[in-house]
Amino acid sequence: MPSRACLRGGSRREPAIASARHPAFPAGSPVGEGVARPSALRLASGRGRYTDDQTLPRMVHLAFVRSPMAHARIRGIDIAAALAFPGVVRVVTGADIATVCKPMQVTLAHLPQHVSAEQWPIAIAEIAFQGEPVAAVVARSRREAEDAAELVAVDWEELPAVVDPIAALAAGSPMVHSSLGSNLAFSARFENGEVDRAFAAAAAVVEHRFDFGRVACVALESRAIIADYDPTERSLLVRQSHQSPHLMQTMFARHLGLAEHRVRVIAGDVGGAFGSKLHVYGDEIATAAIAVLLGRPVKFTADRLEAFQSDAQAREFLATGRLAADRDGRILAIDVDLVSGIGGYSIYPRSSLGDGLQAATFLGAAYDIAAFRSQLRVAYQNKVPSGALRGVGQPISCSIVEQLIDLAAGALDIDPAEMRRRNYLRQGQFPATSKGGLKMTELSLVPCLDRILELMDYRCLRQQQSELREAGIHRGIGFATFLEQTAPGAGLYGPGGLPITSQDSCIIRFEPSGTVRCEIGCSDQGQGTLTGIAQIVAATLGIPLDDVAVSAGDSAGAQGGGAWASRGLAISGEAAHAAARQLRRNLLTVAAAVLQGNLEDLDIRDRLIVDVADGRERLSLARVCEIAYYCQDLLPPEVTPELSATSHFTPRTDPYFIANGIQACHLEIDAETGWIKLLDHWIVDDCGHVINPLLVDDQLRGGIVQGLGAALFERCVYDEQGQQLTATMADYLVPMAAEMPDITIAHVLTPQPGTALGIKGVGEAGTIGATAAVWCAVNDALRPFGVRVGRQPFSPEVILTALGVIPTPPVVDPVNPNDEEGDMQ
Amino acid sequence: MDAVTRATITLSVNGEPIAATVPVRQHLVDFLREDLGLTGSHLGCEHGVCGACTVRVDGIAVRGCLMLTVQADGRRIETIEGLSESGAIADLQAEFVARNALQCGFCTSGMLITAAALLERPRAMSRGEIREHLSGNYCRCTGYQAIVDAVASVLAGRIAAGAGDR
Repeated sequence: MPSRACLRGGSRREPAIASARHPAFPAGSPVGEGVARPSALRLASGRGRYTDDQTLPRMVHLAFVRSPMAHARIRGIDIAAALAFPGVVRVVTGADIATVCKPMQVTLAHLPQHVSAEQWPIAIAEIAFQGEPVAAVVARSRREAEDAAELVAVDWEELPAVVDPIAALAAGSPMVHSSLGSNLAFSARFENGEVDRAFAAAAAVVEHRFDFGRVACVALESRAIIADYDPTERSLLVRQSHQSPHLMQTMFARHLGLAEHRVRVIAGDVGGAFGSKLHVYGDEIATAAIAVLLGRPVKFTADRLEAFQSDAQAREFLATGRLAADRDGRILAIDVDLVSGIGGYSIYPRSSLGDGLQAATFLGAAYDIAAFRSQLRVAYQNKVPSGALRGVGQPISCSIVEQLIDLAAGALDIDPAEMRRRNYLRQGQFPATSKGGLKMTELSLVPCLDRILELMDYRCLRQQQSELREAGIHRGIGFATFLEQTAPGAGLYGPGGLPITSQDSCIIRFEPSGTVRCEIGCSDQGQGTLTGIAQIVAATLGIPLDDVAVSAGDSAGAQGGGAWASRGLAISGEAAHAAARQLRRNLLTVAAAVLQGNLEDLDIRDRLIVDVADGRERLSLARVCEIAYYCQDLLPPEVTPELSATSHFTPRTDPYFIANGIQACHLEIDAETGWIKLLDHWIVDDCGHVINPLLVDDQLRGGIVQGLGAALFERCVYDEQGQQLTATMADYLVPMAAEMPDITIAHVLTPQPGTALGIKGVGEAGTIGATAAVWCAVNDALRPFGVRVGRQPFSPEVILTALGVIPTPPVVDPVNPNDEEGDMQ
Repeated sequence: MDAVTRATITLSVNGEPIAATVPVRQHLVDFLREDLGLTGSHLGCEHGVCGACTVRVDGIAVRGCLMLTVQADGRRIETIEGLSESGAIADLQAEFVARNALQCGFCTSGMLITAAALLERPRAMSRGEIREHLSGNYCRCTGYQAIVDAVASVLAGRIAAGAGDR
């Protein structure tokens, strides 16, 4: 037991941030306050309206027949028995869908070397992963649809499957899509500086192999959609659990040949997403297509098995990383080889390349590294297509580099925290472009490190660790310096020719009573973005928070990108601020006319129009609104009361924003059982100005736990035939409350330059760094044993194998099957 | 395939007496959601793992996806809607809101009902014990800490209020 008590987690009870007043807003404004979300009580009272909760007149239900195999050809489909089943309205095949719907195929104008296959919403000839839809049964109830789906007889010709990404790239591998001629979806090499020379001259060279298992988003609400088509108006109304309703509006219009202004997509309450509800799925396009075929509302809700068999999975990487350092611990070069498996299709329309591209180019960006090389090969394989998951590629690059730094620090006998400090980009070096090409405006690496060392009482913890090792207790401490790319601008998807906007709009108006309605182009799956928008609007307009109602998630409303890439407040917040400023000016124009004064002399404070000079009350805000709506005859004819305003924002001066921070993990390994117990976790985050510290800290904690889950529990396991063995929540383990530690949070503030609000974004920070911190902590704990692990998740089996307690299974190299090698270390 | 076998049952849901003829294979949570429109109980896994469908049956927290509707014959069911309207868990809900112990809200009905079971007979508990108690309910959003904080706070409040015999 600890011979001394360190400060571990001691400040957990303290508020993480003493609400730093935002310079753009007056004292007493709600900006910077940890106010509760107005919608939270509704959700906590069972009054949420998730997609599956809704029912429409004449609505029918879908059940999909999905492929039981990972690779097969469809010789024929017999639907007669299913069609005769009571309650069945129709049985739809891929050929039926093709009469009203175009297929999906990823093309990236700026990366033409990315090859992809055509994907039908319901497969017509061949399937490329287990779970791909091959028919849909439409019935009056889901139960009848499921019963009848059992009766659809598919004549299959099973084809050889390939699941291992390295095997998929080897000569002679079965082809996932014979039309492509290769399983190589994409490859790229990024090189900057004299890498080989740096390695040759290094005092220390470390190498490690990394096996990042594929993981799943596992939003608790599975994907769901209700599509309602009215043939008399050729209009489609879709209610969908989705992160980006405007994207879906465009997609439904394009694929179904409808006019875009007659398609409306509403994402109401969404029960978690994490990236999985960002894409266009065949079963969802098929649902809308079937609504067009039938002219009545159609509902599809994925069950959990379907979610595992169809929701985008992510982050399947095999990597070898090398790092060269001089004897002072300065990093001379990194060289990383990445192979990623993206499943049966490149996911539509974004592609599945984001994970690999971000992993390969973000490597080591926080550090001043002279030479950089990464090689990326992306393979098709007969698995569920991969896509976005909180952090997209960044947890991979972070884990690789942080682990390599720890190994180099160990080799050079330098403290890991000190090694990081020696290599950070320095304050004078910003703005900086990393060797991988990442543009960083201003980071706060050293202040974050200083703060976390103090927070965790680092020196004491190290001392305690070494004392406990003497007693046979094996604890590990791991750091992860992380960057978080947030709020990408048009450069991310524009050059690819994709209809994905990086710009959000805000439409705002005063109601006649003086309260405010605001529509915003981001969306909110519980992050609390809409609350932050309300805080910004209320503070800008000088009205109470309760006087502002914010809505989002309706493609007929304010245009925007939705929720992804930690963009909500950084982009929509700017748009809302600009719109609210314009609205304020419009209102004061009316007030000035009524008062026969100048608008510059007036202000709005707490629902009142006051003189700027002395705060004297002149008129109530409500009275100005009444005049503007009902008594225009009181105004001079040249004054048109415009009590609404619209504004748009997307980053223009920077391609995206880069937030940063550091995490530390403290854990204990039981060398007999292989069990890992998380003891503490700390994070110091710099996301720029914080609008709502309560919600920001909840984003950090939730993100961290998702990253801890990947490191310790989660992995989508497939057998050699491509059968997914972890397709229930009893098999795919996600963190529960008991395994998770309390998390201590602190903040450093570096406002984003070039914006009015200085917000950077925070949604992915926790996930990006948490996994890496566990990698480093586990291998730190194992150091006295002279072994290290390289395979996620760090299950007892992985730990005990590394410790030699259980035998190492022979690993056959899929490329050279005659070369047997040991466990990845 | 045979026509679906049905049975007639009577039960109480949130204090209202109900008679219904239901398919014998129907799960309780489907009956609540589809037949009664009580959509506050959610389906997360349909395997009894995630806890999103948790309801009370004769005062005991039960997985609505593991119980058949016909098994509720003669029983007293309470859902999040009933518990909200009666005010029985108002203090817990208020703490969840104040501490942002929910994000997307999909797990929250079940989480509240599970937590409420722990609060019924309040006794001093460590954070670890609270975490153990909540470990049948899965939340992907919050990381659990705010939930534990909320439960601990209500627990302390109820102990202080001498609500031990409630």
